Amino acid sequence: MRHKTFLWFFLPTGLAMLLFIAMPIVSIVTQSIFAPHPAVLLEVESCTPLIGCTTETTIDQEATAALREAQPLGRFVGLGIYFDRGHLAIQEISQMWASNETWDGFFSELGNLPFYRAMAFTLTFTFIVTPLTILLGLVIALAVNSLHRHLKGLMIFFSLLPMIVTPLIGSLILFWMIDSRGVIGNALVYMAGDPNFSLKASTGLMWVALMVYGVWSSAPFAFVVFYAGLQTLPQDQIEAAQIDGATRWQQVKFVVVPHLMPLVTFVALIQLMDNFKVLEPIIGFSAGAHAQSLSTFILNDMSGETRQLSSAAATSVMTIIGVAILLSPVLVRTWRDFKGAR
Amino acid sequence: MASRAQRMPKSLRIASSLFVLLWFFLAAFPFFWTVWGSFKVELDFFSIADWTNALTGARTEAVYGSPFTTTGYEGAWIQEEFWRNVLNTGIVCFFVVTISLTIGTLGGYALSRSTYNYTFWLLITALIFRAMPPIALVSGYLLPFFEWNIWGILPTTIIVLVAINQPFTLWMLHSFFKNIPSELDESAKVDGCNQFQAFRRVIIPVMWPGVITTGLFSFLLAYNDFAVGAMLLSESNRTMVPAIAAFLGTTQTEGNVMFAVAAVVSATVPLFILVMFFQRQIVGGLTAGAVKG
Repeated sequence: MRHKTFLWFFLPTGLAMLLFIAMPIVSIVTQSIFAPHPAVLLEVESCTPLIGCTTETTIDQEATAALREAQPLGRFVGLGIYFDRGHLAIQEISQMWASNETWDGFFSELGNLPFYRAMAFTLTFTFIVTPLTILLGLVIALAVNSLHRHLKGLMIFFSLLPMIVTPLIGSLILFWMIDSRGVIGNALVYMAGDPNFSLKASTGLMWVALMVYGVWSSAPFAFVVFYAGLQTLPQDQIEAAQIDGATRWQQVKFVVVPHLMPLVTFVALIQLMDNFKVLEPIIGFSAGAHAQSLSTFILNDMSGETRQLSSAAATSVMTIIGVAILLSPVLVRTWRDFKGAR
Repeated sequence: MASRAQRMPKSLRIASSLFVLLWFFLAAFPFFWTVWGSFKVELDFFSIADWTNALTGARTEAVYGSPFTTTGYEGAWIQEEFWRNVLNTGIVCFFVVTISLTIGTLGGYALSRSTYNYTFWLLITALIFRAMPPIALVSGYLLPFFEWNIWGILPTTIIVLVAINQPFTLWMLHSFFKNIPSELDESAKVDGCNQFQAFRRVIIPVMWPGVITTGLFSFLLAYNDFAVGAMLLSESNRTMVPAIAAFLGTTQTEGNVMFAVAAVVSATVPLFILVMFFQRQIVGGLTAGAVKG
């Protein structure tokens, strides 16, 4: 295909991605290094006879507007927003470092900084949910694969539901069930033997609940991919392994899992990317008090009365850097394959 | 088909069946439970006294004389005007699917037929774009959209969702078009067609299975979106999912959780039907990406 023809075919989609994915990235980088102008204040001394003089501070609307007109981006603050208390908190960290003798003390104080708390939850969520999803998906795939033909279709249908359903809706459905008045919550109260037991009161349990939701909603994806992989399993290799006296467990370990390995990499990649973006379950579970992720951190900055766009932009940039770090092994591998292919 | 040696020992078969049953229960039960409960009053759905009330609907019967009531649905659809949000979602989904398939097929076709190196780089860029969290992009939109005065309206959201959807659509259609032999359009070009005519007369008639699968996923993305709709739509233009999120804030104080439950069930029904009719395409689409990777 000639360059020119290619250009015309690719132009609409390329333009859409350029304008609404590439440009916003530029936009958040600029927003994150500029802070909005503070209002220009004017001190007016007004004297009235008998009462005396008072100084009033008023906003000089004209000067403020003029300043905003002159520099519409705001004032340049460099990396200031990244290092402030709401984000990386460099100053606070160095103070904590100096004042704490032990690692424990340092980490417990670090937990008070909102950005690090969000970071901790996001990373914990990503690196616990992803392996569990893969494991559960694999076990379901093996179990369903041994079912009777007619049952398989039915199982796939119901297995797809947790994945297909809107994340916010899925998390709400689970949340209502684990509510202390809901059916699972009731059962937990009964098992704990404490009538005041509630998942919502404990940070640790809330984290567990969020992760259970994460595994529940993405295991079907892993299951479907692995199940498809099992259909192309070479039977002769299984038979050869049996002749060599491999037990069932050894067959799975040495034949099935290596056969599925490329798919495991694929699922792991997709899941790492998606889990890092975790947003809806925290909102659905109303878990904001116990767990914040990088995404909810951005959302909170943007909504609310005062839209702190610069702060949201700085977090966004750091989230994107996080995604880039997660993706880098894949990109390096693809690059090597590409070089090798030429 | 299974030889005798491959047949499972009884204990393993029982364990495996039990596990499947457990997973079936985990996957399906929450949905049935919520659908059943959506026809009850709040004191039954959330029952402190006796959890079996949620099944029998004792309190519902005491209030309405029947164990089922549709007050939750009436409250959500009529009182809270949920139908507006449903309509908005319908509009958004329709245009997102149509536009992203139109420009996605052109782009995906071009990527599959060009032999130059830049196609590789474009696909890698698309992969990176696919990984961008939508909420991070949204924080980049707000300021310019306020400036240009296009915040809050449906067309803006549609265009944004189309763009966010493109990387995935391109990857999927690219791998699909790769499987259509290029001899087909080559021979059309030999017969005197230009590239676009070859695309229109030869490729379009055979591309529908791939386009339908990709369209399903575009639909799901638009339907399930929360971040974009919640931040870029004004209150009167909200789609379903942000509206449900907003419900939670307002209804819980008024004691109308059942409105939210009814809305949630209403929003799940189309997805249920979708899976029922397009199960094979969805499974095919999920695995198509995997086979490539």
